[in-house]
Amino acid sequence: MSPENVASVLGPEQSTAEAEAEATAGGVWLRAFVRNRLAVTGLVVIVALLLLSFVGPLFYHTDQVHTRLGMETLAPGAGRPLGTDDVGYDELGRLMVGGQTMLEVAFGAAAVAVVLGVLWGATAGYFGGLLDALMMRIVDALLAIPAILLLLFLATVFRPSVLMLIIVVGVTAWLVPARLIRAEALSLRSREYVLAAKTMGVRSPTIIFRHIITNSLGTILVNATLQVADAILLVAALSFLGLGVAPPATNWGAMLSDGLNYTYSGFWWLTYPPGIAIVLTVLAFNVVGDGLRDAFGLDTRRG
Amino acid sequence: MIRFLRQRCSQAVVVLLLVSVIVFGLLHLLPGGPARAILGTHATPTNIAAFNQQNGLNSPVPVQYWHWLTGVLSGNLGFSYVQNESVSSLLAQRLPKTALLAGVSVLLAVLIAVPVGFFQAVRRHRAGDYVVTTVALVLYSTPAFWVGILLIDVLAVRLRVFPAEAPQGSFSALISDPQALVLPVLTITLVTVAGFSRYIRSSVLDELAQDYVRMARSKGASRRVILFGHVLRNAAGPVVTLLGLSLPFIVSGTLITEYVFNYPGIGLLAFDAATSQDYPVILGVVIVVGAATVVGSLLADITHAILDPRVRASAGIG
Repeated sequence: MSPENVASVLGPEQSTAEAEAEATAGGVWLRAFVRNRLAVTGLVVIVALLLLSFVGPLFYHTDQVHTRLGMETLAPGAGRPLGTDDVGYDELGRLMVGGQTMLEVAFGAAAVAVVLGVLWGATAGYFGGLLDALMMRIVDALLAIPAILLLLFLATVFRPSVLMLIIVVGVTAWLVPARLIRAEALSLRSREYVLAAKTMGVRSPTIIFRHIITNSLGTILVNATLQVADAILLVAALSFLGLGVAPPATNWGAMLSDGLNYTYSGFWWLTYPPGIAIVLTVLAFNVVGDGLRDAFGLDTRRG
Repeated sequence: MIRFLRQRCSQAVVVLLLVSVIVFGLLHLLPGGPARAILGTHATPTNIAAFNQQNGLNSPVPVQYWHWLTGVLSGNLGFSYVQNESVSSLLAQRLPKTALLAGVSVLLAVLIAVPVGFFQAVRRHRAGDYVVTTVALVLYSTPAFWVGILLIDVLAVRLRVFPAEAPQGSFSALISDPQALVLPVLTITLVTVAGFSRYIRSSVLDELAQDYVRMARSKGASRRVILFGHVLRNAAGPVVTLLGLSLPFIVSGTLITEYVFNYPGIGLLAFDAATSQDYPVILGVVIVVGAATVVGSLLADITHAILDPRVRASAGIG
């Protein structure tokens, strides 16, 4: 961390001694994060979207199973703040239900991607040599195939459900975390405490979990946040291509895709709400990720 | 340099081989295997058994892989029964169109993003930087297809400035109608600029903190000489690496943009193939795009090594 950064993190009024005391207490990064107004706003937006999707339906009851012919594509009005869609579903209620699948898939896929990537990257980086070279070439090869094409293929082979989407998106998204953690492990494995543990005869898996992964937690947390944002974009793209979840289940990407047919009719309430919801969510996760990275004093640019 | 070249090229060959193993694996992931991919969804188990017998698909997997690989290397990517044409000739028609779209967009993106990122870094934490950073962050968080849809909504439907659909037909039909290329190119350019300018901004900021800047300043060099003579040149180097690294993302963006504008490139080809379960075509696209990406990153790395001697020196580490 450059002196300038330290100063901006701690503020001018604190002396170095005070700052050190605080650092040992472990509160520095939390304080830095809380001072980043943009990142805090992002966190608030995420909580609000979670509440809207999962708690909202408890207060705002709509029928999201039976189509209501004769009620389709109604403009927003009394009792239907965002109008209705092309089969008569209430659009606001649909936004909530779609948000549930969207966020479930995004969190699930990010978790799969991070766990897979961390294990892969930490193993490759810790052992190094031929194993590392082979493992990283596999990552390169998978990275060369655009995720959307791989998803397209997998989605035509396996009928997509929420669980299937989590696995499919997670399995295509673990490459960036694998690279980041591998770089981290490469530098960590020559530290004194790792060498000491090795000399004492501690087994490699234990070292990887206790030292390598634990000391990369900052990088992992930042990447996990950004992974959620990427997963949302991927799921949205896949649903946009008509390969998301099957009706009556939906997500924001599928809603956007449905509403597209009515762009020329001027039914803006079918495309703008899900579109804005996607952008808002992705933006919030990106901002929180950036905020965490700055707070941890990391410099991990996304590839 | 020779050592770097040899090392980097052999790496690329290994990656290409792995790409081929992955595609071969995908082919076998299909219920019914490659026979299903070629005979289509209506083939009976008897048909499949007969096909397997005829084409040596009962032989050990490594032998099958070898046969398949030699076929691919000699340009035999299979046959599309849906389009009644060989996959390689379909790709030959479509590939130049995708290359045109991606090439023009990326060129524009670099020409815009370098000055923009430079401007942001120099005016760091002032109003101009905040405005550009915010716009870039929002664009960066917007799915490429929605950018395209918004452009269609505003520029094609409401203002009627540009057509919403790309011209169909041959390559020459595409270039003879540049009006229709504006919206697809603009979509990819906007999304790419959003990512690039972030990177260039921080790259220039890194350069500004280097010792040589302080040195030049203390020797009394003017701000203009430092910025344009030293910093810009050094910060432009990583652009090549950036291009290599972001190739997969650019390709993804291009593929989905083709779908939005009905642009007749390989992206649209792949999506149409997916809806008609035309597996040989999807896998053909995967292998061509994968190979192009590997070769692209190889070229980027070599260019970067030519530009920057430090990269050559550290060849053994990465």
